[in-house]
Order: sequence, then structure tokens, then C-alpha cells
Amino acid sequence: MLRTVCSRTFPQVFRISACQHSTIPAPNIHPDVHYNKIFINNEWHDAESKKTFPTINPATGEVICQVAEGDKVDVEKAVKAAKDAFRLGSPWRRMDASDRGLLLSRLADCIERDSAYLAELETLDNGKPYAVSYSVDVPMVVKCLRYYAGWADKWGGKTIPIDGDYFCYTRHEPVGVCGQIIPWNFPLLMQAWKLGPALATGNTVVMKVAEQTPLTALYIASLIKEVGFPAGVVNIIPGMGPTAGAAIASHMDVDKIAFTGSTDVGHLIQRASSTSNLKKVTLELGGKSPNIILSDANMEEAVEQSHFALFFNQGQCCCAGYRTYVQESIYNEFVERSVERAKKRVVGDPFDLKTEQGPQVDEEQFQKILGYISSGKREGAKLMCGGGAAADRGYFIQPTIFGDVKDDMTIAREEIFGPVMQILKFKSLEEVVERANDSKYGLAAAVFTQNIEKAHYISNGLRAGTVWINCYDVFGAQAPFGGYKASGIGRELGQYGLDNYTEVKTVTIKVPQKNS
Amino acid sequence: MAQNGTIENGVTRNTSPPPLPQPVKIPEIKHTKIFINNEWHTSIKGKKFPTINPATGVKICDVEEADKADVDEAVKAARAAGQRGSEWRRMDTSSRGRLLHRLADLLERERAVLATLESMDTGKPFLHAFFVDLDGSIKTLRYYAGWTDKIHGKTMPVDENFVCFTKHEPVGVCGAIIPWNFPLLMFSWKIAPALACGNTVVIKPAEQTPLTALHVGALIKEAGFPPGVVNIVPGFGSTAGAAIASHMNIDKVAFTGSTEVGQLIKAEAAKSNLKRVTLELGGKNPCIVFADSDLQSAVEETQKGAFFNQGQACTAASRVYVEEQVYDEFVRLSVERAKNIVIGDPMEPQTSHGPQIDQHQFDKILALVDSGKRDGAKLECGGCAVEDRGLFIHPTIFSDIKDHMRIAKEEIFGPVQCIMKFKTQEEVIDRANSSQYGLTAAVFTCNIDRALSVSAALEAGTVWVNCYNALHAQAPFGGYKMSGNGRELGEYALAEYTEVKAITIRLSEQLKL
Repeated sequence: MLRTVCSRTFPQVFRISACQHSTIPAPNIHPDVHYNKIFINNEWHDAESKKTFPTINPATGEVICQVAEGDKVDVEKAVKAAKDAFRLGSPWRRMDASDRGLLLSRLADCIERDSAYLAELETLDNGKPYAVSYSVDVPMVVKCLRYYAGWADKWGGKTIPIDGDYFCYTRHEPVGVCGQIIPWNFPLLMQAWKLGPALATGNTVVMKVAEQTPLTALYIASLIKEVGFPAGVVNIIPGMGPTAGAAIASHMDVDKIAFTGSTDVGHLIQRASSTSNLKKVTLELGGKSPNIILSDANMEEAVEQSHFALFFNQGQCCCAGYRTYVQESIYNEFVERSVERAKKRVVGDPFDLKTEQGPQVDEEQFQKILGYISSGKREGAKLMCGGGAAADRGYFIQPTIFGDVKDDMTIAREEIFGPVMQILKFKSLEEVVERANDSKYGLAAAVFTQNIEKAHYISNGLRAGTVWINCYDVFGAQAPFGGYKASGIGRELGQYGLDNYTEVKTVTIKVPQKNS
Repeated sequence: MAQNGTIENGVTRNTSPPPLPQPVKIPEIKHTKIFINNEWHTSIKGKKFPTINPATGVKICDVEEADKADVDEAVKAARAAGQRGSEWRRMDTSSRGRLLHRLADLLERERAVLATLESMDTGKPFLHAFFVDLDGSIKTLRYYAGWTDKIHGKTMPVDENFVCFTKHEPVGVCGAIIPWNFPLLMFSWKIAPALACGNTVVIKPAEQTPLTALHVGALIKEAGFPPGVVNIVPGFGSTAGAAIASHMNIDKVAFTGSTEVGQLIKAEAAKSNLKRVTLELGGKNPCIVFADSDLQSAVEETQKGAFFNQGQACTAASRVYVEEQVYDEFVRLSVERAKNIVIGDPMEPQTSHGPQIDQHQFDKILALVDSGKRDGAKLECGGCAVEDRGLFIHPTIFSDIKDHMRIAKEEIFGPVQCIMKFKTQEEVIDRANSSQYGLTAAVFTCNIDRALSVSAALEAGTVWVNCYNALHAQAPFGGYKMSGNGRELGEYALAEYTEVKAITIRLSEQLKL
């Protein structure tokens, strides 16, 4: 059973990490919710306004529970706590770097201990298949935190041989209070991507989690307290973007903001920074990533990987392979086989281990995706399969493929964020690189070919922060991820991810006489 | 509906200090054999050697004695474990890190047992073993656990139409030969970076102190390292050690010990297969105390530097240069302090000074003390063995020492502090540097110019300012001149355990971009 799940659902790295678990435990489909409040100073708070909002199970449309709704005043409290935890001489500032690393390691250990529960809660709140939450999201969270745990005492400055009788060195210091706003498509993983580097480098955090998916982040908050992070180091606020999110982005005492979400909101964040205190901004935004299949590619692999590239996580990935460019001579066969594969995709109850695709996250996204499908039909793309809702209740959409897509169609230009694949035809390498780059986005890209020179020609030519060759969605905590152009600013993960959370201080000392 | 979060306001943790750790009763020593391929082996020649508790002179147990043939077996195992396509070579780097973390967890679990064994086998105070040796070992393993997946190659913008990148690959089979003064800590310094970089190891612990290394062998197996990745061959330098140094299938050797043996190791490498060599050797480490320093603190730090681990440290603060105007006061305070050092049973919590490691070292130290007296240095305190107590030597201080005396030039490796006088900064720098050694040095001053000038001028791999023996897993350690080759610890150590491969791919002109 597992083998089927593994091979069908998770090609590449996911397959490997998934199959390391000898079994996926049978999920509890009614996991208890333990935390639904605002987490500030290692304590649980109601919203000052006493307001709450419902969080919905997208597989059924039913309310899971009410959650405290943070707003400006709650952000104010959280920032105060974070600022206090960051004051000079505080336990957090005086802590050995290696002990910061140890805390992050312990947090990873606790997440590993509770991985089944966290996966259940993630699936309940987000709708992604439990087999994926358990085998992909949670293990990647653990690895990310362990990776940054190791950096805590290795992020050294340098000594620099400047001219003259001086001794010069740099210190890598934390930026301070970091605001972090994360999306609903990978709630746990995006939280780890944000917390790992911020805490490894010694910052404090005020995080707003997406209103669609606040539950797992709050459980992680309880683990942060359990492992012994000092009060105020991490503060987590469930709430809405225009209120809590905006308050963070424009706060005068927040020193840095990291946002993952849409390009539209990314513009707002950048503007809020510029009109407030010029806080440092890093952004991970939208994409319309090209996935280029050359005629010499291994067809079977290319079809499977391209299917995965688009449909993974219900198509709700900023790096999804939305634009599949296929070379002329293999175009028809590729489309045919892709349609065949998409028709086999198992859509249904996310807690069923056979399920490959669950519901979209909410009604709004569901309607938006159906709107894009209509526009595709209207603008003359050829609907090859799918094209509608896949169930009577919940937000399920059929795996959908459009053939004969033209570059100027809406579905070829805008981010759909759903299970809708566009297959386009190309002739030459020069042409496809140009068309692939003709987008405001530049997050990810892929090329499938067995030719080493063509692989390099295309990967060098693409304007994207990540290029996969003969694979897709291969993520390691060790490798950076981020966007060119309007797909973002800065990089997350890897050593590069540390830069965003570091202020460099140059210390220069006059000495009587320099010697080499 | 959700239950609300448990509000835990006002719950404070119990903050009373934990009780002092206690040595454990060790009914039998479990691991006394040769560790190869995650299994325990008897010596091929059928030989054993005794290991002695230096505090009592009583034999603890017999240990299987590895010789050339056993080293051959160990190298075979290490070679196979490091074969292309092996489990170890195919393992994700992050998983290697997990294994090292797990090993650290196991050391933490067995901390009291290991500290007891270490104290029995070396004679060092149990609490030192617990708080210094074990702490340092665990931290070293965790530090390198974090490096495994951060050892980056680079891509290089080479001229013309090429793609060029480097991979940092393991060197292969790494031999390691470690001393008896910090058995477990030196074991960790060697295996942690070697394993983090993906090498396999054949390590020879000192014949005086094989027990903790063998105990950790069992933990290495328990942690889940594949067979053959670490192999431990207890034995003697002239047999097992020499076999490692001259082995044609060992790609790198790391040695910590005397300068004399270091020269032999390098010669063996040169004569055999040009294996890479790193050496951590002796020292005669200068401490320079200026009149403007915090004198009390300088007295404490330099004396701890001189007497820590019964003076059996390559970092020992064996030459203390004190500025003229505070010289007498410094000597007086030092003597006062030395007289309060508690000599006794290493298992007792109040003990801070145990026995020397063995008769050979004991005799050598007393001979050097005698030479000091004969050469006309002034004995301020100590200068002899503790009566009726086997290998214990009183902490000893000499003053009025001339630079040419043997005690001012040779490594004593015992509890002997030599305090010299100096007048000027220039003079003391010259005197401090006029030694074949260059391992560590210290300067005590409150003046920032002086601190930076003197630390820059000293020929030593480590300089401590207003502190001593401040060793950290994150900071490199190693010697200038005849104190060694290469560096251990920190990111620098990774370079000693990796081969860099540059891969250059030609792309056709037609597809140039």
C-alpha cells in the first residue's frame, strides 16, 4: 500500500523521504484542537477585541473551531514582548549560540515526536492529503529546523586585512524583531522556513499565520514553550492580512519583515516598509514557472514529473510548473500521456491514504480557479480533461489540462494556484528560453533533457531563482530558494537564508603597528 | 469545538541548582577488545596489556593489544565501509549529522559512566572529567553534526565557455593516533570532523587510557553508524601506531602527542604513500602578564593554565613572563594559591589535583624539577612527590629562571609553573617567540593597544587575552612551528578531512550563453 502511495504521490526526494517511514500510521480523522489563542510571551491570550474567526475544514466546508483574531493592538503587545526579549542583556541575547542551536534541535525532536498529530491537524485545516502531510510536510519541517540548528554557532564574521594600522573585523548580529507573515499552502513548512534562520541567528519573532490555517502553528507555539525558548522570543498571531498583517508591515519597532504570499500583497508590504521605518524586506511571491520538455527527454519520467510539478498540493504551490512547454515533435504524445495520468489522479477524502489530491483551501480560491478554467475555454484553449468541481461538497476540483495554449492567454500569464495544467508547444531552444522568460515572475523553472549542453544552455538562460534539471520540486533545507523579478526579494533556506536575518557590524580598531 | 489552550501563567520552574554529579560504581569493564566492523575482536597475536589506575597503581583490567595484523583488518573494514556505493557513501549528509547528534545524545546518557572510567584510567579528578572532558566531547560532536550538510563546494566563473564547480569529498580512510591526557576529548576532536566529512576512521587510543574510547565504540554501534566506519585499535605506538602511520591504504593520519613522535609520523607518511598528515604536538607556551592587568585574575588564569590536568596538557602555561614591577607580588600570590590546591583521590569532589599518568612521566617530571634546582632557579613551593602516594606530585613553582635553563625550554608535562621576569614589551615578545614551539600563548593586560599588538606578534596558533585554556569547538586549534601541522576544530578542521575536486564541463560554442 505504502509503496503505491509513495510512487504515485511523491516523485524524487519526496519519494525517498516518504518511504523511509516503514508505515504511515492510520490517522485520527478527528484530532483534538488544543490551542486557538494568540501566543505572546509564552502565554495564551484572547484578542484584545475578544473577536474570533472560524477556521474551516475545506474537505467538508464545516467549521473546525473559532480562533482568536489578532489585530493592531495584539500586534502591539507581541512586538513589545519581542522587543523586550531582544533587549541587550536579555537571556536570549546572552545565550550561547550553540545553546540556541540546541533549542532548535529540541524543537525538531518534539515535532518529530508529535508528527502524526501535526499531520492530522494540517490535513484537517488545509485539506492536503494526510499521506503528504505526514511524509512530506512534517519531515521537511524537522529537517529545516535541524539544518538551521547547526548554523547557530557557525555563522561567523570575518577579520579583514584593511589598509593602514588598523585591525578590522565583522560581527554577524541579529536584526532584531522580525515580522513574519506566512501563507496557507504549507502552513507548517513555511513556519519552519521562517523560524529556522530567524532563531538560529538570534532574532525575535512576531509571526502572523494565515487565517485559513492557523491551527498547526499554534500547536508549534506550545512546543516552542515546552523546549524552553525564553518568553517573547516567538510570538504568534492568528489574524487577517489587512489588519494584523498590515500592523506588522507598518510597525515602527519591527526591524525586518519576511512575507510569503501573493505578488499583489508583496507590493503592499514593500510599500508599508518604505512609508514606516524602512524595515528590511524579504519576499517570496508568486510564480508562473516554466517547465520545458525537450524532445530527447525520457518521456515517462517527464510526464510523471510534470504531472507532479503542477498537481502537487492541489496546484497550490508558488513554484508549481504552471507553463509546460513541450517540443513540437513530442507534443502530441506528451499531451496524451499527461491526460491519461491526470485522469488516474485520485481526488477525494484527504484522510484516505490512497488520495493524491484533496480540496482547494477555501471557497474563494475554489471560485477563482473555476473562473480561470472558464477563461481558458473562452479564450480558445483546448480542454483535454477535467474542468469542473469534483465533489458535491468541499472545494474539490478535477485535475484539469489545457492543450493548445497560447502565450497571451490569461491562463498562460496569471498564477492560477490550482490543479490546472497548461501545455504549450515550442520549436527551438532559443525560442523557448525567450518565451519562458517573458513573464513578470521568475521563481522556478525546469528542463527535461538528456543532453548535457542543452541542459546547461537552458538552465543558464532562464531568469529564475531555482532551476530543476530532470526533476521538479526538489527542496533541501541546504539549498536556497527565492525569486527573480516580481517573484520576490532575497533567498530563503541554505546559508543564503541567514543573510536576511543578519546585520553585519564592522568593528575597526586603531593599532600602534600593523603586521601581516 | 476547541478546548482553550492550557494557560500556564505563573508556573515557575524549579531553579535550585542540580546536585553534583557522582561517580558510578563500575562492576565490570564491558569493553576491552578491538573494535572493528562494529564487532569486538581479540588480538590476532593473542596479546593483551594491562591498564592501570594511576591513583592507586592497581590494574583495572587487561585490554586486547592490537598490532600490525589487527590494524590491517581495521583498515580493510574502513576501506570497505568507504567504498563507492556503500551505505556510508550514499547516506544523505543530513543523516550523517543525525548520527553524530545521536552519538552525542548517547554520550550524554552515559556521561557519569564515561567520566568515571576516564577518571579511573587517567587519574584526573572525576568532576574535571565530567565537566570539562565530557562537556567538550559532547559539544564537539554536536558542533560537527551541524556541519555535515554545510560543507559547500563552489561554482567558479572560469574563462571561456565552461561550467566549473567543486565538490568537497571525503579523503578516505583516516588514521588517528591520540594521547592519554584527554582520551575522550581527543577521540572526539578526531572522529567528529572526520565523520562529518564522510570519511572512515581507524583510531588508536593511548595504551595508558584505552577504556573510554572502547566504551564509545559500543555507543557508535548503538547510534547506528554502519560497520567499519569507525574502528578502534588499542595498542602501542611503536607497533599499532607505526602500522597506521606507514599503511599504504590509509589516506590521512592525524596525530596528537609529542613533537618527537610527530616527526616519526611525518617520516612514515613520506616513506609510504604520502598520506596527508596533521599533527598536534608539544608546546612551551608563554603567558605574558603586564603590570596593568587585573593581577588577581592573571594569577588565577595562569596557574590554572599551568596545573590543570596535573600539568599534562600541550597547552600548559609553562612559561609565565611577568613585568618587573609586579613580579614579586605575582610570585607571592601564585605561591599562596598553589599551596591551597587540594591533592587527593580523584573521585572525591573537593580534589582538584590527581596523580601523573604513569611512572615514566612521573620520573621525567621529577628529573626536570631537579635540573631546575641544580641550574639555580628558585624553588618557591612543591618540588617533590607527595609522600607515600605513588604518582602524585606537589604543584611546583620556580622563580628567578633564566631562559636557557632546561625547565624554561623543555616541555615538562607536569605540575611545574616557571615564572620569569621581563622589562619591555619588545623584549618579552622576542623571548616568548624564541622557542621551537608555537602552540598557544596568552597576554594579560587591560590596554587594548598592547593586547592587540602582542597577540599579533606572538608566534602561536592560539592566543588568549586575559584568559587561558578557552577552547571551543567553534574556534580552530593548532600549532605554529614544531607544535604541529594543520588545525583542529572549527570550520578549519573540515579542510583537513576533505579532498576538493574541480569538475569542468565544456559547452559547445553554438549554445553559448
